Amino acid sequence: MNGSKLPKITFWRALLVVILAAGFYSTVLRFVKGLGASTNLSDQFPWGLWIGFDVLCGVGLAAGGFTLAAIVYVFHLDRFHAVLRPSILTAFLGYGLVAVALLFDLGRPYRIWHPLVMWNPHSVMFEVAWCVMLYLTVLALEFSPAVFERFRLHGPLRLIHSVTIPLVIAGVLLSTLHQSSLGSLFLIVPEKLHPYWYSPLLPVFFFISAVGVGLAMVIFESNLSARAFGREIELPLLAVLGKGMAVVLMLYGILRFQDLVARHALVHLREASTETLLFVLEIVVGLFLPMVMLFIRRVRENREGLFAAAVLVITGFLLNRLNVSISGLEFSAHAHYFPRWTELAVTLSIVGMGFLLFSLGVRYFNVFEVHAPSAEPVVARASRP
Amino acid sequence: MSKAILVDTTKCIGCGACATACKIVNDLPLHDSEANKQRPAKSCGADELVTFAQSHGEVGGKLSADTLNVLQTYGSVFVRKFCMHCQDPTCASVCPVGALRKTAAGPVIYDADRCMGCRYCMMACPFGIPRYEWKSALPKVEKCILCAPRLAKGLQPACTEACPAQASIFGEREELLREAEKRLRENSTGYVQHIFGQQEVGGTSVLYLSAVPFEQLGFPSNLPHDALPTYTYRVLSKIPNLVMLGGALLGGIWWITNRREEVARAEKTEKRDSKLETGKSKLET
Ligand code: SF4
Ligand code: SF4
Ligand code: SF4
Repeated sequence: MNGSKLPKITFWRALLVVILAAGFYSTVLRFVKGLGASTNLSDQFPWGLWIGFDVLCGVGLAAGGFTLAAIVYVFHLDRFHAVLRPSILTAFLGYGLVAVALLFDLGRPYRIWHPLVMWNPHSVMFEVAWCVMLYLTVLALEFSPAVFERFRLHGPLRLIHSVTIPLVIAGVLLSTLHQSSLGSLFLIVPEKLHPYWYSPLLPVFFFISAVGVGLAMVIFESNLSARAFGREIELPLLAVLGKGMAVVLMLYGILRFQDLVARHALVHLREASTETLLFVLEIVVGLFLPMVMLFIRRVRENREGLFAAAVLVITGFLLNRLNVSISGLEFSAHAHYFPRWTELAVTLSIVGMGFLLFSLGVRYFNVFEVHAPSAEPVVARASRP
Repeated sequence: MSKAILVDTTKCIGCGACATACKIVNDLPLHDSEANKQRPAKSCGADELVTFAQSHGEVGGKLSADTLNVLQTYGSVFVRKFCMHCQDPTCASVCPVGALRKTAAGPVIYDADRCMGCRYCMMACPFGIPRYEWKSALPKVEKCILCAPRLAKGLQPACTEACPAQASIFGEREELLREAEKRLRENSTGYVQHIFGQQEVGGTSVLYLSAVPFEQLGFPSNLPHDALPTYTYRVLSKIPNLVMLGGALLGGIWWITNRREEVARAEKTEKRDSKLETGKSKLET
């Protein structure tokens, strides 16, 4: 098995090295010469790839952590325990990398702690900053059992198990708040964001789509890990998540279209514009196609079918976030933005680091505890009143 | 009482003295390098400032980290563009660290020591005003601050001081509004009957009059009359409630599903026990 996989792995490793080298160059450029030299950002486009992709998409893609934590602990669907830990690890790494991306994007990154002491509760960004900080702490605690197990620290393990439920509930609340607030960030630009995307319901849309993409990411990761680490994929389990995803997509679709109709935004479909193209693409790829696929049992319960649907949902989600944060603003900014290669290099390096850290995490900690006995006490102890 | 500027574009002669005066008092480089060499000091007296500004007017260009006030031309009309000093400023409301602030005196000011450079203010400003020092490794946000330090000393802003045509005048917002209304009344055909800034996004401390529709002068025409911060506040104010209800709901669901599971588990053990017993009794018989 190893022999046949070796060349593939070397290819990926080589790619990673190239990306990280480019990322290193870009990092030096960014911190020595500033944002002007390292990005295509401008006064017309103060936010670009690092906010639109690294932050907005990163936080959304890490939503599997809180969704599954809620499913397992709050709704007591214990059979999903097997996919919980990988999702928590992904979420933790995801949020950590979002923080790293912010260090690149902030003009004065060494002041990232300012919101801790300089308050402006009227600012959505202030709220997001606090939620993300707190949630990162919650995620660290949620993943800590894996670390304690590894080093056989029974005391802290017992302690953390006794607070699992409050911790999970806090995590779900914090996630609900900041996932939706990332949408609220754009409530303040009603005259700048294209009517396809601007809506008073932006926070609701951001939240629902985060839940949807969180589930898609669990399916996506399980599939990748199955290939990379030779883990058996829990197909029946994932198929149920696929069902859940279909329902979430339907809910999202109904709300989104009700809103589009109510705001008379669909009249713009008559215009042959870039916005129309992107909007149609986003809806078809991220909503209609996967929804139909997931409602068909044969597709849902087929490994490739399910995986394809998850990939579509993720693609649609990425399109949506980039449309809201970049493309949907172009018409009012009277400017065009496309990331510089150095911006792309940093983003790809961050993604690459994510993969690297995840595989290290899997190697050193008991992440895929499919039949591990350690799964039991967590539930048992936590559920004791 | 808060101060304001009234810009009557019908009176502007296009000299560009306001742009130059702005650069002198803010210590920013002039476009013309020759003029730049002769420039008076930042702290020069009023006469020196006005004479220099009027003889070295700067016309054209764009707002930038080096240019906080520009004189632009739209057809045959000259319009100066700078921060509107909104009554309820969007930029100040979105800043996570409170680096931007509306003062009681009128100016919206900036505290560079707080700013972490997230640029949300630039994203959010409905007039696209704040600029960033993209070229710097330790950048700041730049925008007009209505000469707040001068105002504190009882002076007027450099730009209105320098204007030879009274096209830009400085005063109390209420008084300037009355003055603007008077001009509209007295010349009903010469002006578009609208004071830009009276109601836009909740009102601004910079007011404009014009003979041509404001869209033709590059002003946004789709601005609501509500202050934009109310859009987010409507959502933000729901958060405490959401947290309490959400916490109760999640806790409740956990409690109920947990009960059910305990019951199920208890039933299972009971069944097993009774099976065992029946098994035993069968064996015994
Ligand atoms: S015009 Fe823009 S920068 Fe000036 S006060 Fe208003 S929101 Fe702030
Ligand atoms: S860039 Fe600075 S002033 Fe602007 S919102 Fe961010 S922290 Fe505030
Ligand atoms: S100084 Fe007065 S007349 Fe000259 S450009 Fe400025 S506003 Fe117009």
